[in-house]
Amino acid sequence: MSDTPNIDRREFVKVVLAFLGTLMGAVVGLPAIGYLISPATRVQQKEAWIPLGPLENYPMGEPKLFSFTRTTVNGWEKTANSYGAYVVRKSETELKVYSNMCTHLSCRVTWKADLKEYICPCHDGHFDSAGLVTLGPPPESLHEYETKLEDGNLFIHFTEG
Amino acid sequence: MMFDKVLVWVDERMGLSAIYSTIFDRKIPKTNWWFTLGSASLFLFVLQGLTGMFLAVYYVPSPDHAYDSIQYIMNGVAFGWLVRGIHHWGASAMVIVVFIHMLRTFFYAAYKFPREITWLTGVVLLLATLGMGFTGYLLPWNQRAYWATTVGTEIPATAPFIGDFILRVLRGGYDLSAVTLARFFAVHIWFLPAVIAALIGIHLYLVVRAGISAIPKEDE
Repeated sequence: MSDTPNIDRREFVKVVLAFLGTLMGAVVGLPAIGYLISPATRVQQKEAWIPLGPLENYPMGEPKLFSFTRTTVNGWEKTANSYGAYVVRKSETELKVYSNMCTHLSCRVTWKADLKEYICPCHDGHFDSAGLVTLGPPPESLHEYETKLEDGNLFIHFTEG
Repeated sequence: MMFDKVLVWVDERMGLSAIYSTIFDRKIPKTNWWFTLGSASLFLFVLQGLTGMFLAVYYVPSPDHAYDSIQYIMNGVAFGWLVRGIHHWGASAMVIVVFIHMLRTFFYAAYKFPREITWLTGVVLLLATLGMGFTGYLLPWNQRAYWATTVGTEIPATAPFIGDFILRVLRGGYDLSAVTLARFFAVHIWFLPAVIAALIGIHLYLVVRAGISAIPKEDE
């Protein structure tokens, strides 16, 4: 037996078992790993162009608030977050859109027409019509959205975080 | 070879080969395929345990999320349908296999001396398996699960005097509620598996200790 050039029975069984074992391990193991890491492979959309409607809806002069909701899905859980954007048109060509989120602790600011300022109700932060801090604890000016116009419709570039 | 040396080194310290030869090299009488059902039951229990562990990664035992979390397993997770499918069909297979295993033991009269305790632990294992089926059936929290458990908990409620109390214990109150779901989940993944694992240990110890009974002859 030992001088035959072919492998003997014992050796053959070993090789076949090792092969089948590896195959079965892969068939069971790879889906198992895929199952566990699956949520990590989902890429979540963290940015979007939000349509704010036709530009003529926003009159020249006073800032006008536009509210929208973004929904994020994590597994079986849906979370809806509300956001607000102040559209400011100083002139036909000058367009600014500010987030209404206070840069201090993320409270929502409101435009006070009599003061010509955005005021945060939480800690009395004040921002002027260009979003710059004039009073209170906010560390920086209001976040400004990137804008674009398509067929007369206004869009803002929303980024999370 | 290096590998063999390591094996010998470990065996000298752990005595694994003695355990191996006691379990796998024991003498057995002439048997047939019906004698494989015990091993098949053990395999199915391990399979249910493993797939159950994986399902527990995403399943949430709360009325708010139970159904949605299973929808997520089925449609949102890679191979989730496979894991749940195996757990689903493995459950039915386990009840069938364990039951036929009991029938074989009964018809071959293998429950007699000195194997009475093996039989008794087997009885509890069969009941625990049915308990796994009963508690697991509620977890998807769909209409079928809800009403099956409504009916299933009403049956013991017909018992005289204590029936009403049994119903409240099973449901964790009068109504089938979030409390019911949570306790069925706990029993399904902790209490019954612990009981089954412990009893399988005793059951197997006794099988190895007493050996397998031969198939009875015509005149016995």
